[in-house]
Amino acid sequence: MIKTYSISTTINEKEYKSEVESRLLLSDFLRHELGLTGTHVGCEHGVCGACTILVNGESMRSCLMFAVQADGLEITTVEALGKDKDDLHPLQQSFWEAHGLQCGFCTPGILMTLIPFLRENPDPTEKEIRAAISGNLCRCTGYQHIVDAVLLAAEKMK
Amino acid sequence: MKPAPFEYHVPDSLNQVLSLKREHGEDAKLLAGGQSLVPAMNFRVIQSKVLIDINRVEELSYINEDRKVLRIGAMARERHLEFDPLIDKWTPLLAEAVPFIAHPQIRNRGTIGGSIVNADPAAELPVLMLALDARLKAQNSDGERWIPATDFFDGMFTTTLATDEILVEIELPHIPQNTGWSFMEMAPRAGDYALMGVAALVGLDEAGKCTRAKLVYLNAGDGPVDAKAAAKSLVGETLNKKVINHAAAHASEKEITPFGNIHASPEFQRHLAKILTQRALVAAAIRAGEGYIQ
Repeated sequence: MIKTYSISTTINEKEYKSEVESRLLLSDFLRHELGLTGTHVGCEHGVCGACTILVNGESMRSCLMFAVQADGLEITTVEALGKDKDDLHPLQQSFWEAHGLQCGFCTPGILMTLIPFLRENPDPTEKEIRAAISGNLCRCTGYQHIVDAVLLAAEKMK
Repeated sequence: MKPAPFEYHVPDSLNQVLSLKREHGEDAKLLAGGQSLVPAMNFRVIQSKVLIDINRVEELSYINEDRKVLRIGAMARERHLEFDPLIDKWTPLLAEAVPFIAHPQIRNRGTIGGSIVNADPAAELPVLMLALDARLKAQNSDGERWIPATDFFDGMFTTTLATDEILVEIELPHIPQNTGWSFMEMAPRAGDYALMGVAALVGLDEAGKCTRAKLVYLNAGDGPVDAKAAAKSLVGETLNKKVINHAAAHASEKEITPFGNIHASPEFQRHLAKILTQRALVAAAIRAGEGYIQ
C-alpha cells in the first residue's frame, strides 16, 4: 500500500483537498490530478522555466517542488490570467500584439515569471526584462519580441 | 512520477528536525529549497528513503544584525539575501554576488544553507563563505559547534558535517573599513553555472598600500579555492598593474586546478581566472579608496 498525504491548497483562489503520494511533483499534480494543463512541463530539472507558477505570490519552478509541500500554500497558475481571447490580461494582450510567442510552449512560464516582476518593476528597462526572463527558455522568438511585449505590457499596465 | 518513493516528514521546529535526523541517520536527507536536491531526485541520481522538509521551520529563516556580525538563518532564501539592506550595508560582496546565482525563480526558493551544504564547487555561496571569513553553526540533538568556513568544505559535494548534524546559522563578519570587494564570473548565459568566477577583497591603508587581500575561486577545483599565495603577494604593495597582473598570473597558473567541461577547457578556465582576477582586483582597489595607481 502506497502511503499518501492529505493536502489542502488554494489554487487560483479555489480550494482543493487532495491525497497525494510524497514523490508527486507539484507540476504533475497541477496537470494530471487537477487538469490545470496551462502549466507546461519541459525539462523537469529546473532549467527551462516552462513550469513556473506563483507560490504565495513569488515565481517558482513547480517541477522542483513536491505537491505535498504545497499544503496550506496559495498557488497561482496561468489559468488565473485571461479566460479567453476577449478577456486577456494586459500582459497576455501585449504578447499577442507584439508577437511575443510562436509555438507558445514557453509562454505560460514566462507570463507567470513576469507577473511578479512587473508588480515590483512597473517601469522596467530592457536589461532588467532580459535578466527577469533569463530563467525561461524560448526556442522560437529569439527573445526580442518577448522583450517588446513586456515593454508594451508595462505601458498598458500604467 | 520521476523521483523514487520516499517517506516524508515536515517538522515545524528545529528540535523535531534534529530528533528526526538522529532517528533516520543516513537514510534521511534534509529538503531545504530543493533547487539542487529535487533535480537530482528527478534524475534518480539521489534516492533517499526519508526526506525531512525544513521549509516550515521558521526559526531558521532570519537575517539579523548582532554587534560586528550578521547572523543568517540557514533557511534564509537567496532572494532575501539579494534585497536585504543589512547584507547590502555590511557584506556588500554578498549582495553583489547573489544575483549571479541561477535565476530569479530559483533564488525565490533556494536557501543559503542548502547551497552551502550542497558544496557544489561551481556554486557562488561556498566561495563567498571563504571570502567573507564566515563561521558556520552546526547542531545535533546533543549541542552545537562552530566551524570556520575554511574547515567546512571537504571536496566535491562534501562537507565536514556529521550525519546527525545540520547547518543552522551562518555568521558573517562585517567587511572592514577601507576594504574593497568585487565578485565577477563568466557564464555562457545569465544564470548558468559559471565557467569561472572570483571573489576578491582588498584592504588598503592610508598610504594606499594593501593591508589584506583575499581571492577565492569557483569552478576551479573540487571545492571553493582560496588562492592564498596570490593574495599574500598583494599585501604590503601598492596595487599597480604589475602587482595585480602578477597575482592574477600566480592564482590562475599555480593555485587553481580547473577540470574543464564541455564549454571550456582547463586552459580556457585558467585564462578566464587571470582576466577576471585582474578586473576584480582593480574594481576592489577602486572601492577600497585611493589605492589604485594606473
